Amino acid sequence: MPLKYHIHSAPVSNRFPKITKSGVIAWEEGCLKCARCVKKDCVYKVYEKRDLDGRQMLDSLDSVCMDCFRCVQGCPNRLIQKGMNPTYKTLGDRYWTPEIITDLWFQAETGRIPVSGAGYGGPFSGIGFDAMWTDMSEIVRPTRDGIHGREYISTTVDLGRKLMMLDFDETGEMISAPPPLVEIPLPIIFDLLPWSPPRERIIRSMLKAAKILGTFLVVRASDLEPDLIPDVSNIMLHLDRRLESVDRSLIGTSRIIEIPYSEDVLSLQRAIKEINPSVVTVIRVSLDPGSSSRVLDLTRAGAEVIHLCADEHGLEKAKEPLFIKDRMKEIHLRLVENGVRDQITLLAGGGIAMAEHMAKLIICGADALTIDIPLLVAMECRVCRRCKTGIACPVELEKIDPVWGSERIINLMAGWHNQLLEILGAMGMREVRRLRGEMGRAMFFEDLEREVFSAMGKRS
Amino acid sequence: MANEIHNVGFPEVKIAPSRFRHALSKHHITINKACTNCGLCIDLCPYHVYERGKRHPKVAFEHLCIGFACSRNDFFCVRRCPEKAIKVSLNPSFEILGDKRWPADLLSSTWHMAETGNIPHSSLNYKTGDSGGGFDRIRFIFPPDGASKISKSEISTAIELNRSDDSRPRVTIPIPLYLGGMSFGSVSIVTMLSRVRAAAALGTFCCTGEGGYPEELMPYDDNIITQVATGLFGVREETIKRVRIVEFKYAQGAKPGLGGHLLGDKVTPRVAAMREAVPGSALFSPFPFHSVYSVEDHKKHVDWIKETNSRALVSVKVSTPTDVDMVAVGSYFAGAHIVQLDGSYGGTGAAPDIAKKNIAMPIEYAVPKVHKFLVEEGIRDNITIIASGGIRTAYDMAKIIAMGANGVCLGTADLVALECIRCHHCESGRGCARGIATTDEELTGLMGLEWGTQRIINMYLAWRSQLINILSRLGMKSVTELVGRFDVIAHLDHLKGRDIHGELV
Repeated sequence: MPLKYHIHSAPVSNRFPKITKSGVIAWEEGCLKCARCVKKDCVYKVYEKRDLDGRQMLDSLDSVCMDCFRCVQGCPNRLIQKGMNPTYKTLGDRYWTPEIITDLWFQAETGRIPVSGAGYGGPFSGIGFDAMWTDMSEIVRPTRDGIHGREYISTTVDLGRKLMMLDFDETGEMISAPPPLVEIPLPIIFDLLPWSPPRERIIRSMLKAAKILGTFLVVRASDLEPDLIPDVSNIMLHLDRRLESVDRSLIGTSRIIEIPYSEDVLSLQRAIKEINPSVVTVIRVSLDPGSSSRVLDLTRAGAEVIHLCADEHGLEKAKEPLFIKDRMKEIHLRLVENGVRDQITLLAGGGIAMAEHMAKLIICGADALTIDIPLLVAMECRVCRRCKTGIACPVELEKIDPVWGSERIINLMAGWHNQLLEILGAMGMREVRRLRGEMGRAMFFEDLEREVFSAMGKRS
Repeated sequence: MANEIHNVGFPEVKIAPSRFRHALSKHHITINKACTNCGLCIDLCPYHVYERGKRHPKVAFEHLCIGFACSRNDFFCVRRCPEKAIKVSLNPSFEILGDKRWPADLLSSTWHMAETGNIPHSSLNYKTGDSGGGFDRIRFIFPPDGASKISKSEISTAIELNRSDDSRPRVTIPIPLYLGGMSFGSVSIVTMLSRVRAAAALGTFCCTGEGGYPEELMPYDDNIITQVATGLFGVREETIKRVRIVEFKYAQGAKPGLGGHLLGDKVTPRVAAMREAVPGSALFSPFPFHSVYSVEDHKKHVDWIKETNSRALVSVKVSTPTDVDMVAVGSYFAGAHIVQLDGSYGGTGAAPDIAKKNIAMPIEYAVPKVHKFLVEEGIRDNITIIASGGIRTAYDMAKIIAMGANGVCLGTADLVALECIRCHHCESGRGCARGIATTDEELTGLMGLEWGTQRIINMYLAWRSQLINILSRLGMKSVTELVGRFDVIAHLDHLKGRDIHGELV
């Protein structure tokens, strides 16, 4: 077996005070300020562990409070109350919820996966990825010594076009020429950001992380400063300018190049291949209701990898847009019906916010996926999108130290990798490649609701 | 309502107030300086919220206040106070208390039942949570005007656990529920004993979980289910011989397909001795059974237990994968008496959030699927289906029975009765700050055994009276008539009040 892929993580502290869900809102009139409640009685010793932020002159117990309510219930005069932090509620939006954002922060800070006690407390189901569940097996185990054992679960995927058969001449020599492939050890590629403050340092953080993790960062040709070129083997060059205006040696040394979709995208692909036959080409396509026809045509015409892009909420471009997972299912099944699914690699991205989305989108037919906003959130982004309108970033993302930034991203990816192993392990699978398109190993909200609930209440 | 119900053989309700200085309350009452201590509020309030004080009345039992709903009453203290000194407001803490499954209302109403043995006052929703689906969108269809109502004293809530025709005992429990496995180590010995003693008093069972059989439990052998799980911690021939039901845990809903994990901090010398392990080092219960790869292997397992204890019933606890119906059929043919379907919304110990939220289907789907499949296979009447992992209320219990279960198994509700606030930090450091899921000596001391036992008894007696009420309105004399009655429940997304004859509750 190839060497086991393991992401080393270590705690990386925050630059800014945490935004907590709740806070002590009242040490009301009459409080004797005995502070017995927090200093002596507190089970979690919050007074000793509290954060003191010099810059903001904040003495915060809230960031270490565990919401056990012992002080609220124990104060002799009922003077302590806890309340919801209004800033918490306004984090992100309906898709990028405060829960998701704080979960990503936790993983980026600690490198650990979110674990909690007492069952799941969230909604029954929800939109998009929350409308499906993944399977488990009662008796099949993926490996002999647990999911983190010596016998490991592989998360490696190959990007490129695949031959469906090999031809040999009469002497037994292979005459088929296998197209180039690149391999990534986890099914994630770092994509272009939908928005960000000035991105020089952000790109360097992401690239550093991509390099250590062994994956790619999509970089626009126009963003490619000379100091980034030594790391070209971890860059997926996005051709946002004419081929002729890009340095030929850059095309010659790239392992993978992305071209935005256009009518003559295949001739551009050929032109690139003439310069560098061993490069893998990716065609970037916006997701819309016509995607499955377009993907089928491109596959038949010789495309190697297609990158399907939804918007940052996982929606395609349409009047009544479909969610990425639902469109992905249609595209995958269309290729399967036409017998060409295995020839091509499908990347998909847009709205991927949690580790579970990764597993679920792969089940719906993607080989690997691309992520964007979670990388910013790893570096403390609050998804306020002020940068879109030119307002200063509240967490000064433009000033980050790329070493710090990359460590935070690596921590997040360590968390996601381990969570993918949990999902695969529960299903009894040893390969993420086997997960692709396994819709029979998932349960979909619409199907179950119809099957189970629609007949209720009817007198027979 | 209660006086109509026959509680012969059941323990009595005894008031068991909060063990903390103040119970958490939905409403916050303040009395300002204008108060002349006339005492009118104390006399007016039928809920006994106030007590006499030196300078002004003391708000002693804030949580019993019914809040703004009281403004219809003539005894509404806020209006009647001659000095207008009383103010009632919503407690801001309520917004962060609980979660979508167990909103603050449900927590408070469960505390109320555990304290008083009665359903709570009108301002607390004690029937549904806020999850937006499943149980929370399902309602009973009650015939209009109590048309088919029958006398509550005639109603039976008992179920039989051995429905096969083998020679083993027919074990009957007087309420359609038993208490699920929580190992010694994951919860304190006081919590464990409170649950066991409550189960014994109610005439039902409590499962040991996978952590051994502490000797304190021996007086209650007849009311204990001992668990054989993948780590085989604390499993001995002698413990299997001692009980009337043995449970195989293949998987659990809180972490389907994942092993158990007891953090090193919780492995005290006592816990380690019980589990035959080393103190301080984390214990992993592997997944799955390393000796079971097929239904045939599974049958060998069941046979092994049956051979070891000739009077025991065998229960098989499984999670809810896509093929859960096949799993249930397999268990039946392997000789199980009970199949327990464990959904993903329960559980005490630490589990990865990704597993709890995403892996395996909710119990509201799994039970109907299994019930229908077993009916088609012609074996439904020969096996008992127990549903667990997400049953929070008496209404959930009745709904899942109408959806095909014979009874339910509970865990989280017990902990809430013991004043768990669902902070989700069971796993941290010294363990539960409220002294429930901990092995820390000081924290364990926060709770008394009598109190814990009584709280759980009170809650389930309140559940029983609600179940009887439901059965009575549906015109059923026994809870066994409710099994698989999809016609008496409706999902609000698929059926509207105007489409039915009766009332959706």
